[in-house]
Amino acid sequence: MNNLLVLPVLLPMVIAVFLMFFRKNIALQRTIGVIGGIANIGIAISIVLRVKNEGILTLQFGGWAPPYGIVFVADMFAALLVLAASITSFAVLLYSFASIDSERENHYYYTFFHFLLVGVYGSFMTGDIFNLFVFFEVMLISSYALITLGGSKKQMREAPKYLLINILSSTLFVAAVAYLYASVGTLNMAHLSLRIAEVGQGGILNVIAVLFLIVFSLKAGLFLFFWLPSSYASPPFAVRALFGGLLTKVGLYAIVRTFTLIFPGDPSFTSSWIAGMAAVTMVLGGIGAVAYRDIPRILNYNILIGVGFVAFGLATGIKDGMDGVVFYMVHDILSKGLMFILGGMLIAAARSDQLDRMGGLMKVRPGLGWMFFILALALTGIPPLSGFVGKVLIVRGGLEEGMLTLSLLALASSLLTLYSLIKIFREAFWGTQPEPDDENEMYSDTKHASEISEKAYPERKNRLASVSAVFLMIFVIGIGLSANGVYGFVSQAGAALDNPQLYIEAVLKE
Amino acid sequence: MEWIMAIAVGALFMIGVYLILSKGLLRIILGTSLLTHGVHLLLMTMAGLKRGAAPVLSDGVESYADPLPQALILTSIVISFGITALYFVLAYRAYQTRGTDEIDGYDVEDKEANS
Repeated sequence: MNNLLVLPVLLPMVIAVFLMFFRKNIALQRTIGVIGGIANIGIAISIVLRVKNEGILTLQFGGWAPPYGIVFVADMFAALLVLAASITSFAVLLYSFASIDSERENHYYYTFFHFLLVGVYGSFMTGDIFNLFVFFEVMLISSYALITLGGSKKQMREAPKYLLINILSSTLFVAAVAYLYASVGTLNMAHLSLRIAEVGQGGILNVIAVLFLIVFSLKAGLFLFFWLPSSYASPPFAVRALFGGLLTKVGLYAIVRTFTLIFPGDPSFTSSWIAGMAAVTMVLGGIGAVAYRDIPRILNYNILIGVGFVAFGLATGIKDGMDGVVFYMVHDILSKGLMFILGGMLIAAARSDQLDRMGGLMKVRPGLGWMFFILALALTGIPPLSGFVGKVLIVRGGLEEGMLTLSLLALASSLLTLYSLIKIFREAFWGTQPEPDDENEMYSDTKHASEISEKAYPERKNRLASVSAVFLMIFVIGIGLSANGVYGFVSQAGAALDNPQLYIEAVLKE
Repeated sequence: MEWIMAIAVGALFMIGVYLILSKGLLRIILGTSLLTHGVHLLLMTMAGLKRGAAPVLSDGVESYADPLPQALILTSIVISFGITALYFVLAYRAYQTRGTDEIDGYDVEDKEANS
């Protein structure tokens, strides 16, 4: 019994419910949010340290031993992701103070924010596949609320599509669970792994595996990402940071967990699917990032490149690749959160989200410019920043497995990442502020002016936004610099992914 | 018995998919709710159908239904109920804001701006 494991889920849930009763008292909501965020980082750190010392921790709810009851399982992978998510969400919370308007704050923004965290942490921790569905839904329903909150025309155009896609994939999720239960008669992930190993994976179980892959890919934006770029471009940037940093990673986490633990039996079949989808995602994401000239889309396509990279690491299926997956996902949660925070600050400073209307911001906001530059290098994987180690491990895994084409594609996609972000850096921060041809041209596009979700911040809030960005920046640089120390944790996580027996024994030990 | 259920599930999925492929938000929402109904029936069928057996365990009972799928269905029904309600409200709000209930259509006031 490790009651510690329930705290990351319990704390935001209690906060979310509590905040419902203080709708008008924004100061109180912010204070409690900050305290809760710090507490959650502390809890996550203590979970990581305990997993480091004692191995995989489990918590059986109501004392029901698995496979009958629901278990929470914290292996190093889940623990690290919870830690990264709590750090990112804390930074996004600070950024929300700066960028979210009081209308939204008054209408339960912080409540939805915390419910979203409940779903994210719960998905990372749970060891039961139906419980995973429930936490997915908690997370998705909060995201529905966050994506519609504000009710602007653009949001109303995108939100119904976003809901439809996610309802469809949730429906398929339940169908997949039904087939799985019918064929092996259990829902506990460790137990599922045992039984599938007994009957041998093939035929119907491969079909179910692909069904799960479709479901989670829809949520992660792996190959089935057609909905992502426009949906993620409608809410305010603080919400986008949350979505880009956390939501897609939860889908990815589910893919990694499902295909390392539950369906590892037929790697030649599942890996080739995942590898193919990873390749297409990286290529299309790269092309999208290079092709567009408005910042929201460039950033959204950059999410996809990261997703493809992690899937590539998973497809290698060996220890190096798994280490890379863990390392890169931790890096990606932090840096994608940071990317959207910086993007939001940039758009607020430039008063436009079109690259063509920006320029010369280096004079006004040099700090922002250099942070953006460092982030671009980190996302590309320039040593010593945090993206480097993950990419090296993943590509090394790919080369060891002889996946030459995919490795080259992965490296090429890094190059496209660099190009797309440096394009923003060069055109927005250098050069001169383009003069509008005439006043009319600038504002004739009122549709645009009214739909840029980021208003210019007052000076005090500007500082707060910078604090949140610097806070994340410290981690992005710090992880890269202390990669040797971090690798100890990552290696433990990768070992558990590479050898699911460790996970199974920890859950079903009695 | 199972084959009747299989046909019912198939019919629900078919109608649901057909409705989702239409443009009107109202039809789409009805489609999603039919799809979830289909999935719930599927879940029940996949766990094995039994007549006249309660999902209760006590000593000496030979025939009982598996209680787990029923718990899953109940959970899923509650979730899909909540989401459908939310979707209806959102659809109404979207209709008010945009002046159209077509999911992919142009907003009524500024047609050319969205092209």
